[in-house]
Amino acid sequence: MIVTLVVELEDKPGQLLKVIEPISKMGGNIISVVHDRHKTTPMKRIPVEFVVDIDSEKLLQLVERIRDAGIHIRSYNEVRLLATASFLLIGHIIHTDLSDTVNRIDETGFAEVVELHITMPKLNEPSTALITISAKGKDELRKAVGILREVCEKKDILVIEPLNEDLL
Amino acid sequence: MIRIAIFGFGTVGMGVAETLELKRPQIEREVGEYRIVAVADSRSSIYGDFDVLDAIREKSERGRLPRDVRAEELFDAVDFDLLIDTTPTNVFTGEPGLGNIKEAIRRGIDVITSNKGPLVVAFREIMEMAERHGVKVGYEATVGGAMPVIKLVRKDLAGNRVKRVRGILNGTTNYILSRMEKERMPYSQILSEAQELGIAEADPSYDVKGIDVGAKLVILANSVFGMDARFEDVRIMGIEGITPEAFEVAGERGYTIRLIAEADENGKLEVSPRLVKLTHPLAIYGTLNALLVETDLAGEVFVIGRGAGRSETASAIISDFVDIYGGGSSGN
Repeated sequence: MIVTLVVELEDKPGQLLKVIEPISKMGGNIISVVHDRHKTTPMKRIPVEFVVDIDSEKLLQLVERIRDAGIHIRSYNEVRLLATASFLLIGHIIHTDLSDTVNRIDETGFAEVVELHITMPKLNEPSTALITISAKGKDELRKAVGILREVCEKKDILVIEPLNEDLL
Repeated sequence: MIRIAIFGFGTVGMGVAETLELKRPQIEREVGEYRIVAVADSRSSIYGDFDVLDAIREKSERGRLPRDVRAEELFDAVDFDLLIDTTPTNVFTGEPGLGNIKEAIRRGIDVITSNKGPLVVAFREIMEMAERHGVKVGYEATVGGAMPVIKLVRKDLAGNRVKRVRGILNGTTNYILSRMEKERMPYSQILSEAQELGIAEADPSYDVKGIDVGAKLVILANSVFGMDARFEDVRIMGIEGITPEAFEVAGERGYTIRLIAEADENGKLEVSPRLVKLTHPLAIYGTLNALLVETDLAGEVFVIGRGAGRSETASAIISDFVDIYGGGSSGN
């Protein structure tokens, strides 16, 4: 399973290693580490986000080991949404009930709209939106795209799909 | 001596005739001696012993050829071995090319065509007829103009399983989208400029509604995947709804928008505007055509080149001509 793990590290040498070591020893694979020095906590600690691929049975043990090393764990969650793709919508997106369009994806339970960026040049002229959908997997993403196509066809909205079919 | 008849004597037909005359020494080295024995347009013709360059001049100046005999009547008026069909495309009926092509095949005459219509309407029928009558049919000019597509897949990539083909097969729409991207001007304005420049037809609907690309995709898919697809089987969306703002929003994320034709081994047949990463090989500009072929052995093969146009189409037709008669491979 893929997990995001957010820890808070003190700003002194060797802290990162206290997290990496147990992950490595338990056979976990680190997919990414995001280290943001600009978001220090009131305790002067730095939040660091790990994305780790690890056996689901070993997760709690891993969390325990990291805590034992004296590291503060802010949160850990299974990553639910794995496949993401962006689409362009062109048409009367707002006048045709945008929230309904988004809800139709969100209410599937396996996919959701994670980002929406709309440009409206003029009132009553077609607007453009970049919509990003994330889903539990590729199959689910494909299903969500099917729903998007269907909804937009009824509303006369043009859907421009991406060419990177690694996802679709 | 290969005797050739050219049906359809517009820009393309005249371009082919001219190329056959002007490049004669080079082409004859490949195929042996040949002669154009008949030429016909929709209303008039010339056949027998005539000078081809004079016929081109006459057609250009007077708008017609000297004799009133119609194309379909030429089958009985003069003997020939090869029909070069450059008549206009109708993707719904296939005519007038379809009738002429079938008649030629029935009589054992080889065919080279630049006309998409007959192959969109009756691809399998034509190929089966040709097989039965032992004649060759060349149609490289129908897809991608000068860009070698059909023979690339059928011959050069022989032995490969083609998994998917994706491409840009219409220069006019690619030109319009390229300029929309760079200049952020509305579609209608660029279209009228393209018409003035002669890049877009007076009636642009064949191009911008995706009909031309849909027809090419049918031929390509039938040829590559052995389908028996028809024009109605293609899901087609054109480029008319695309706004300049769409390029802005797409560009912020590193994408552009291109009209992409796509067919795969599972039967997908689609023409639609797509978000294309600016770093992707299909993010090409201007009137270019391109095709990305995905295969099991050779991996991805990419071709790019100039699409339809007088000399580009002639190039594809001559390529078929050499393929059919050259190198002693065909036995004709």
